[in-house]
Amino acid sequence: MALLEIDAVSKNFGAVAAVDRVSLAVEHGELFALLGPSGCGKTTLLRLIAGFETPDSGRIVIDGSDVTSVPPYRRPVNMMFQSYALFPHLDVAGNIAFGLKQEGMERRRREARVAEMLALVQMSDYARRRPHELSGGQKQRVALARALAKMPKLLLLDEPLAALDRKLREETRLELIGIQERVGTSFVFVTHDQEEALGMASRIAVMNEGRVAQIGRAAEIYEYPGSRFVAGFVGAVNLFEGTLVVAFNGLTLRVPDIENLLPLSDAADLPEGSAAALAVRPEKLALSPRRPDGIAIAATVASINYQGGVSVVHLATDAGHVLKAQMDSDAAAAFGRGDELWASWDPVDAVVITR
Amino acid sequence: MIGFGPWRRWALIAPPFVWLTVFFLLPLVAVAAISLSQSADAIPPYTPLVARGANGIELLASLDNYRLIAGDLRAYANSLIYAAVATVLCLLVGYPIAFAIARAPKAWRNPLLFFVILPFWTSLLIRVYAWIAILQPTGLINRSLRALGLIDAPILLINNEFSVILGLVYAYLPFMILPLYGSLSQLDESLVEAAADLGARPSLVFRDVVLPLSLPGVAAGALLVFIPAIGEFVIPDLLGGPGTLMVGKVLWQEFFDNVDWPAAAAVAVVLVGLLTAPLLLAQRLVERPAPGEP
Amino acid sequence: MSRRITLFRAAALGLGFGFLYLPIALLVAYSFNASRLVAVWGGWSLHWYGELVRDDKFRGAALTSLKIGVMAARLALVLGACAGLAIARFTRFRGRFLFSFMLMAPLVVPEVILGLSLLLLFVASQAWLGWPMSRGIVTVTIAHATFGACFVAVLVRAQLAGFDRSLEEAALDLGARPGAVLWRVTLPGISPALVSGWLLAFTLSLDDLVVASFVSGPSATTLPMAVYSSVRIGVTPEINALASVFIAVVIVFVTLAFVMIARQERRRLAAAQSS
Repeated sequence: MALLEIDAVSKNFGAVAAVDRVSLAVEHGELFALLGPSGCGKTTLLRLIAGFETPDSGRIVIDGSDVTSVPPYRRPVNMMFQSYALFPHLDVAGNIAFGLKQEGMERRRREARVAEMLALVQMSDYARRRPHELSGGQKQRVALARALAKMPKLLLLDEPLAALDRKLREETRLELIGIQERVGTSFVFVTHDQEEALGMASRIAVMNEGRVAQIGRAAEIYEYPGSRFVAGFVGAVNLFEGTLVVAFNGLTLRVPDIENLLPLSDAADLPEGSAAALAVRPEKLALSPRRPDGIAIAATVASINYQGGVSVVHLATDAGHVLKAQMDSDAAAAFGRGDELWASWDPVDAVVITR
Repeated sequence: MIGFGPWRRWALIAPPFVWLTVFFLLPLVAVAAISLSQSADAIPPYTPLVARGANGIELLASLDNYRLIAGDLRAYANSLIYAAVATVLCLLVGYPIAFAIARAPKAWRNPLLFFVILPFWTSLLIRVYAWIAILQPTGLINRSLRALGLIDAPILLINNEFSVILGLVYAYLPFMILPLYGSLSQLDESLVEAAADLGARPSLVFRDVVLPLSLPGVAAGALLVFIPAIGEFVIPDLLGGPGTLMVGKVLWQEFFDNVDWPAAAAVAVVLVGLLTAPLLLAQRLVERPAPGEP
Repeated sequence: MSRRITLFRAAALGLGFGFLYLPIALLVAYSFNASRLVAVWGGWSLHWYGELVRDDKFRGAALTSLKIGVMAARLALVLGACAGLAIARFTRFRGRFLFSFMLMAPLVVPEVILGLSLLLLFVASQAWLGWPMSRGIVTVTIAHATFGACFVAVLVRAQLAGFDRSLEEAALDLGARPGAVLWRVTLPGISPALVSGWLLAFTLSLDDLVVASFVSGPSATTLPMAVYSSVRIGVTPEINALASVFIAVVIVFVTLAFVMIARQERRRLAAAQSS
């Protein structure tokens, strides 16, 4: 039985469907991400799980009990807020102990648990400090400790890394993963940053316009996007729109402005003549000055985007189609603006998308 | 409040609601009722509205008190005029002060406001009383002018319209400055800079950008001064004279000196009537949700 | 050009504050005047302060005013906090327009009307319900609590506008019932408004002449009533001393409160930002 089951949940605000018949399940001990652009409904869904909103239809089940109409203070769920929401009139220990006091835990046990939590987030020396005396990163740790203090079955995190600067973000990401493994609680976090989601989560639900576009492991979503939206949102992609055509070597894609038909590796069941797209990740695109066998698209280098270890080469075909290729910077150094090259890829590395 | 169901809501709303209904609204109804009564040598000193007379239940209500009021409207006219003049003066005096505070260095603003509010916390009665010492024939101003040789005999600065209006302005100035400051401090500095950048002279910038945007503050301040000033009692009583009769004093005299409660009540009703329009205006201003409210 | 404007602004401030504080400065100065006459300066003396302390009438009145002030302020705080919370958070309920009006009107309606109307209510209530038996401390307290509550409500409402609601959600999330959220998170969060509200209600009560004159009785003379009757008789230097003491006390209290509140606000802002 899954820890969290969301069953056809919908939530409307006025005429807008913020969450539209979403169903998903989160297992015990998972680090689960809700990923999507702003307005896609991920935060609303998080708030529905926490209990701050009530669904218009559908059910939410946590560890076997239906909590759909249960108020937030009776759910075995706790949340780490984006703004941290630390109580300014209490010190760090007081903040962490707040939830324990509410459930009536007696003092000695409470103090022991608070100490345990402080050690978990490495803030033991800060017990007596007030929130206004803490830095952003420190506030976040306290918020995390406070949310874990009651040992909830499920921890919700609202954009946990958004307010941190880049370096802190990396460190915190690793710490969060470590804490989650140690504590064993399932984490569900919301983010708009696909790098963050791919790096942290064991499973991701990509959302768009209130619906779930795709759920799966990070690698699955990245390597096998199920829709144009997912392909474009999660990572960079080269997308070729065209029509399916049967050729001597099997099913191919006829893309306007590209003279050769593009071979497909696994599109067996699709009807000829239907519209489809081919997605190729930039790191799968190979460039060479000599025309290769197989797939070969002529393009001119428009710019080279140096990013340290890797570089992204932008090319344009005669027809104006833009291609992106990613490779080690050493390899990219061989090319320059204006170079006329051939782009190619292994058909196995391309994914057919029909949605 | 999140999670406050219907009964919790009413638990929060009810105490003040009931209290104000009983101790604010109901009394006003009582005033309206008593205004229709007549003064009598009894305890309480007025006739009942309904009595069992020879012909069954009689209605003893009359509009006599109102007829008396209509006969002499000087005090009402005075009150409206003085309050209006005081409001305008408060605006003219208060605007530069509020403007100066709003444009002062950030660190100075709160302390400056604090010093504007501070006099308000000390007794008005005492401060008005101090003005007597300043304005009277043997007071500070006259003595200084005489000492400087500018005048031979004391100027009449007290017990006249001048001192009443001065007193009103003095008492209500903070009430004008605070809302004005509120409006001016929210003024986006970049708007002024943009206007200047587009070539407007400072006076034009003021007239066309600052002034219009500060109008909400002006409106609030004007109402906060005008409405209570009309019914002011202490200032015309201590600083005024026989020619500066204001409604507040008329009410007081009817009640305490003439022991004519119904007449006083009628004055109160007329006063409330005068104030209804400004009061509703003020209500509209107040009900505009503050930022952060749903 | 800009220097001229700054000069203008400085002059405005200087003149403005001079105007506001002249009477106060004068009172304080003359309270130390050995001579009885305002016209003559007789040298420095604490004579009038001594007279003031010895004066039973003022001492009794001061005590009465303090008693009333403390009780009225407490009542006003409770009523006003409820009202401020209700009006700020509950957008729609039956009678909201009336409620809002009743919260605003006592702030601006002339005091003579407030006083007269309450007195008439008390008189009618005495005739029909037998209560209040006599007018005095209780009736004045009720009157002061009534308009005091409206002032408190304004302050509470203003502070709630800037209040971070995610704090309340966090408390709910951590297991606090709505009542506990209000008591343990919201009220501590608006404590500057509560403190300044109490102070404001207390000061207004202490300062009120008109309303108290209407609703009080022979047994309860408040300080302003005593001062007023003294002033009507003639300017006595004792009053200067009384005024100076009053001003000094108020300045100390209000400054303390202001500093405390400013510090708390700074902390709250620092806690809310992710630095």
